[in-house]
Amino acid sequence: MSSYAGPSAPRPESVAETLRLLAFLAAAIALITLDHRGGWLRAWRNQAELAVQPLWMVAGLPGRMGEQMRNDAVSRSQLVEDNAVLRNALLVSGARVARLQAAQAENERLRALLGAAQRERLDVQLAPIFDIDLDPTRQRLILDAGSNQGVHVGQVVIDAGGVLGQVIETKPRTSTVLLLTDPDHALPVEVVRTGMRAIVYGRGDHMSVANVPRSADLKVGDVLQTSGLGGRFPPGFPVGTIGKLRLDDSRAFLEGTLVPAAQINRGREVLLLRSLPTPTAPAPAKLPAGPTPAMGAPR
Amino acid sequence: MITRNPWLLMLGSFTLALVLMLLPLPPPLAPLRPPLVMLVLAYWVLEAPERAGLGLAFFMGVITDLAIGTVLGESALRMVVLAFLLDRFRPRFNFWPVWQQVLAIGALLVNDRIVAAIVHVATHAAPIPWMYWSAAAVGALLWIPLFTLLDTLHQGRR
Repeated sequence: MSSYAGPSAPRPESVAETLRLLAFLAAAIALITLDHRGGWLRAWRNQAELAVQPLWMVAGLPGRMGEQMRNDAVSRSQLVEDNAVLRNALLVSGARVARLQAAQAENERLRALLGAAQRERLDVQLAPIFDIDLDPTRQRLILDAGSNQGVHVGQVVIDAGGVLGQVIETKPRTSTVLLLTDPDHALPVEVVRTGMRAIVYGRGDHMSVANVPRSADLKVGDVLQTSGLGGRFPPGFPVGTIGKLRLDDSRAFLEGTLVPAAQINRGREVLLLRSLPTPTAPAPAKLPAGPTPAMGAPR
Repeated sequence: MITRNPWLLMLGSFTLALVLMLLPLPPPLAPLRPPLVMLVLAYWVLEAPERAGLGLAFFMGVITDLAIGTVLGESALRMVVLAFLLDRFRPRFNFWPVWQQVLAIGALLVNDRIVAAIVHVATHAAPIPWMYWSAAAVGALLWIPLFTLLDTLHQGRR
């Protein structure tokens, strides 16, 4: 062999290695496609995630222990202070609840007069959040409660402020919540002030209400609540406040950025709505019949 | 001794890296979280190529995807690319001075971010916030301590 053979033919093992690379790349791309489109892998992924659950448990431990230590280390004077603050808060909410109950009783009486069915009562279940960091570009939460605790797919997740998201996966011990801010999420809402309907889309780290005609009566500071259309979310839960309004790229529609009503980022526990208003509408083609029988009845 | 068995050490290092990837960080620090699973993979590709190849990279990628909730296959793709590039450099890598190794790891991690960004564009996912590119620098700086640690545990048994 000459000392300089020019660009030599690639060695067979390097060819084999390249082929292996191509095979693995193809497999990875196939996985991405399958998982991204149509979610054909969902059942399989659900099973496989059971295998990584111990990791979640372990990673969630420091958060839980930290909370335990905070609870243990809190001083007496601080407890007294907290107690006073909470007592005041309880008094205020008690007064508010009393007023609301009067309003609700009146509401029910009026509904009965109209012949509409009763709305179901709010029944909630408290579920702790697993304190672990997931991929920052996907807005998910892992709850420390699963199908063993009665959580099921489609349940609405709220906190004291408002709607947080919905349960999209359950396993025996944990469940996954899709937050309103996830790009995959869209939520039918209405403006409290005007009753105008719109859709709120997740944008990754915030939410926005899009495709609102320029002529629409929408202002900064308007409060949006769930409209109940679509049948998944019950009506009347706060979603957020319009923080910024601007024209979108086509300059024909308004786009508003929302300040969420719920504490999307922080919080240790969430509430799961137990009673779905109706068995969720199976077909999207169904008329926008209301989530409660009340809206289907003659008004 | 746990280090008696190299497979055990490998399993342990990957498990620990995965747990550290999931550990909650205060929000201002979260973008700086280095891709630990990738660094551990890099060590094993360099030091035990007979055990750690593209297959292991793919497998660890799928596990990472499941654990941190990315699209299935995203991390697998990224780790296979990293393992392949690193395997090409392997004969030369160990002869480089330390700063050059750090630079090389940094370049690989930046390349990895680019691959991730491409996947995000292709799947119409939300783009990665700019702050997260700094994780590549943190990862490169972490390479020396991580390499020393794993190498002591790995070679120390002999």
